[in-house]
Amino acid sequence: MQSFEFQRARDALSAIAAGAKSGTRFVAGGTTLLDLMKLNVERPEHIIDINGLPLDEVEPLADGGLKIGATVRNSALAHHPIVQRDYAVLSQALLAGASGQLRNMATTGGNLLQRTRCMYFRDTAMPCNKREPGSGCSAIGGANRTLAILGTSEHCIATHPSDMNVAMAALEATVHVQGINGERNIPIADFHLLPGSTPQRETLLEPGDLITHVTLPPPMPGKRSLYLKLRDRASYEFALASAAVVISVEGGRIARARIALGGVGTKPWRSTEAEEVLAGQRVGERAFRRAADAALRDARPQSQNGFKVELARRCLVHALNEATR
Amino acid sequence: MNARINPPAAFESTPAAEGAVPLTLRINGNEHRLRLDPRTTLLDCLREIVLLTGTKKGCDHGQCGACTVHVNGARVNACLTLAVMHEGDEITTIEGVGQPGPLHPVQAAFVAHDAYQCGYCTSGQIMSAVALLEEPCGPTDADVRECMSGNICRCGAYPNIVAAIQQARSKS
Repeated sequence: MQSFEFQRARDALSAIAAGAKSGTRFVAGGTTLLDLMKLNVERPEHIIDINGLPLDEVEPLADGGLKIGATVRNSALAHHPIVQRDYAVLSQALLAGASGQLRNMATTGGNLLQRTRCMYFRDTAMPCNKREPGSGCSAIGGANRTLAILGTSEHCIATHPSDMNVAMAALEATVHVQGINGERNIPIADFHLLPGSTPQRETLLEPGDLITHVTLPPPMPGKRSLYLKLRDRASYEFALASAAVVISVEGGRIARARIALGGVGTKPWRSTEAEEVLAGQRVGERAFRRAADAALRDARPQSQNGFKVELARRCLVHALNEATR
Repeated sequence: MNARINPPAAFESTPAAEGAVPLTLRINGNEHRLRLDPRTTLLDCLREIVLLTGTKKGCDHGQCGACTVHVNGARVNACLTLAVMHEGDEITTIEGVGQPGPLHPVQAAFVAHDAYQCGYCTSGQIMSAVALLEEPCGPTDADVRECMSGNICRCGAYPNIVAAIQQARSKS
């Protein structure tokens, strides 16, 4: 591990000023950062510990929504009574991710910045455009069984690994950021970037930007929500395909649906295509299959992950069936 | 990281401590004044500096759970956190939960159920299980397996581990 200078943040403003210096990383849970530092994939020169900042509260908002501080731990968020009652899909997604130990460490803000598990990104002996722009993509034509089929480019096919962000996408969360030029509110659909020709750029964050909190809109009236995750083993494994569903049904017809997929996209994959197909339709397998077809219409499988197209379709259909049962 | 074992001194410290950070860690109720290279993980600090070697290093990447300790009562992977991030925290290791005479109920249950073979993962399993007693976890064996999935046992002692934990839960 490369050596670095360590400091504790005393307040947000001084952390942001110090964080704008090149080669600086904020640390909260450390579960991604320390892992990648040991692999020499992350090589920060300065680390600022933000655990002392007052960002660890979950608070109801006046409009009926919810404010989640950036350093709220995944376990605390998953077991929060308001989240369990009004945003079940988020609680389920969090508990489907990682292990009990990691969920006690990993934070809301940190999970928004979780890095891919693509084995070539994690191996400094191999070319990777995300880690070393211009070096090439080893995964295209390589070991790509677990990698993305949606949102890929000729430069990168790395899967976004988060479960939490998939639920956040279906819940239409907003990411609140404080930077050297003030505060910004970023819809989660815009927060993560497609790889395109710059896979090293994964989010809209600029140097010094500090995620302070995430807000959720008030729960959809009459909604039911569900997170379904399919993987190689039953627990403690990343998704091959997952689906977050938030849906409201009136008189046997779908009033509103919010759909996002995980394990298949280069970013948490909101599918407005599936949502449009579902709107106004009678609840049932027929509409669900058409929605799943729409969600996967643009899928571009690689040499080893063609199975994910059908797996993701079935995952979404099953999630919709379960959520409307 | 290349921390070596140092003889106990006024400061327990990593060698070549340029840029070292002074801090006090509270481990199993005892205060340790340290001066650490900031790269030192909590795990390496416990094992190599404070010489509490009950906590084990398996994968060193948060995948196996052998390094599980408690920070302020919550179980965490000591390999994925820096020691310098824990000034003021209450850290508990396997050495802090029971003693050869008065075993912790989870330790006694592990002995009663032979919940190990080689034993390398056992301290991490026990630290996870002790934390589990206070966590939301359903009643079934499947619930226990899900909650314990962050602790790998390469010998495959899982059935006995689950039985031991269920016995300890029934008594707590």
